[in-house]
Amino acid sequence: MAVQYQYHPDHLTKSEPLKYTSDELKVGEMILNIGPQHPSTHGVLRLEVITDGEVIRDVVSHMGYLHRCFEKHAEALPYNQIIPYVDRMDYMAAMNSEHAYAMGVERMLGISDKIPKRVEYIRVLVAELNRIASHFVAIGTYGLDIGAVTPFLWMMRDREHLMRLLEWVCGARMLYNYIWIGGLFYDLPVGFEERCTDFINYLKPKLTHLENLLISNKIFIDRTAKVGTLDLDLAINYGITGPMLRGSGLRFDLRKVDGYSVYPELEFNVPIGEGKMGEVGDCWDRTWVRMQECHESVKIIEQCLRQLSSDHKRTRSFDPREVVPKKIRPKAQDFYVRAENPKGELGYFFRADGRSEIPFRCKARACSFVNLSVLPEISRGHLLADLIAIVGSLDLVMGEVDR
Amino acid sequence: MTFEDIKALLSDQFPDFITGEDPESTPAALLVKSDRIRTICQWLRDHEQLHFDMLSCLTGIDNGEDTNTMELVYNLYSIPFDHHLMLKTQVDRNKPHLPSVTSVWQTANWHEREAFDLLGIKFSGHPDLRRILLPDDWEGHPLRKDYKHQEYYHGVKVEY
Repeated sequence: MAVQYQYHPDHLTKSEPLKYTSDELKVGEMILNIGPQHPSTHGVLRLEVITDGEVIRDVVSHMGYLHRCFEKHAEALPYNQIIPYVDRMDYMAAMNSEHAYAMGVERMLGISDKIPKRVEYIRVLVAELNRIASHFVAIGTYGLDIGAVTPFLWMMRDREHLMRLLEWVCGARMLYNYIWIGGLFYDLPVGFEERCTDFINYLKPKLTHLENLLISNKIFIDRTAKVGTLDLDLAINYGITGPMLRGSGLRFDLRKVDGYSVYPELEFNVPIGEGKMGEVGDCWDRTWVRMQECHESVKIIEQCLRQLSSDHKRTRSFDPREVVPKKIRPKAQDFYVRAENPKGELGYFFRADGRSEIPFRCKARACSFVNLSVLPEISRGHLLADLIAIVGSLDLVMGEVDR
Repeated sequence: MTFEDIKALLSDQFPDFITGEDPESTPAALLVKSDRIRTICQWLRDHEQLHFDMLSCLTGIDNGEDTNTMELVYNLYSIPFDHHLMLKTQVDRNKPHLPSVTSVWQTANWHEREAFDLLGIKFSGHPDLRRILLPDDWEGHPLRKDYKHQEYYHGVKVEY
């Protein structure tokens, strides 16, 4: 049998050394280690916190515990076989990641205007369903972090319906491989439109209930308002995107700005943080923006369902794999594509060499990775208990941070 | 503002720093000198008409032993004016070294640490250039084309 792991006391300090040494600390300061297996870090994030009593002086993030070499794998796999790896980056919103990836490769091949409208509407439909599921996890676990157990259970109950719907569509609960380059794995199952409409009618009052239960709860407001305020200038300088940037008061949504897929044909609003409970850009604003986005996603889903059962109805001859290319060989070029994920701007940089079906380089610009980098700036000077509230409000998925 | 306008503005200001262009890439790209990247980026961010206030992505690429170069690709975006620009720059593969743009955009901090971690590119003036995804005592830089992983890591066989 192969030797497994030979313990040596040096291993931890050598592989993940602290940034600060005890000589650098001032009188009264200490180093506190949180994670990597702490439940409130939402995965395997390790935080090195410099505290003075209970006041945070600095936070250093150590990550890489979930590094699965996405970019190295992508250098050895054909474009279509990378999609399952893309799923596993942001596993809370795999449909959105697939959508962005497929869109990028289609634009490189020059087939993006040949994609049937029905396919585009189905893509947007499943992506928005997944967006709600992702926001539910974000808000639910955020409540759990700061002591509210009931909203988490309510949200997991409703997310379960979403998971079942997506499972019905493609056979998997979280990691779908449903959106293919040039089309879809299958058409929607028969009866999906009706079942999904039923679910949306069920969900709409539930969203209001959840809002009343958690977002406008006095204890929740006390824990999150005026905590971790992120200024807009700082947010842009750090490249923050998604609900975090909108929470800081900028109406910036790539679905509107870039208008990709069928989003220009759909009506929805972009909610922004207004500082209703404290300051613009605090933890409460970010959570409120996520909650409002669930309402907007419901609007988009309703419009998609209407289109899918009228103008772009299912027909016997419809083949979602009609324009799926047999060989995916883009011409030599550098290409950057971006799309709005539940957590922010998800970008892919491709370099195609024009000779093979394998990308020469495929880099993922992960939104959680960039959003996490602002953590020290917004947590300095707060109390240690607020750090948990701040980390939760970033909505991290470590699979995407570490890739 | 189109790519041509941006190019004209930039070549008026820095006639010697631009080495070429690549209109085939999306967004269209300018090739610039690597040792001037910080000056160019600072100017692009502060210019009134350009105002590239966001660094979307920073990618390091190893071109392999044949060309003996490494490339850095900067994807810039201007939120108020909605224009894009790609900057590309080449460094020597044996001594990959160029100025950091962290003082221009804080986003670059972690992106540059990642490029250092996975490709071994060094950024001068970076405040905190440590490995970010891999452990500190990992040997080599995996995204280099000639990378061979170590046989054992802390007594665990790396090959599986």
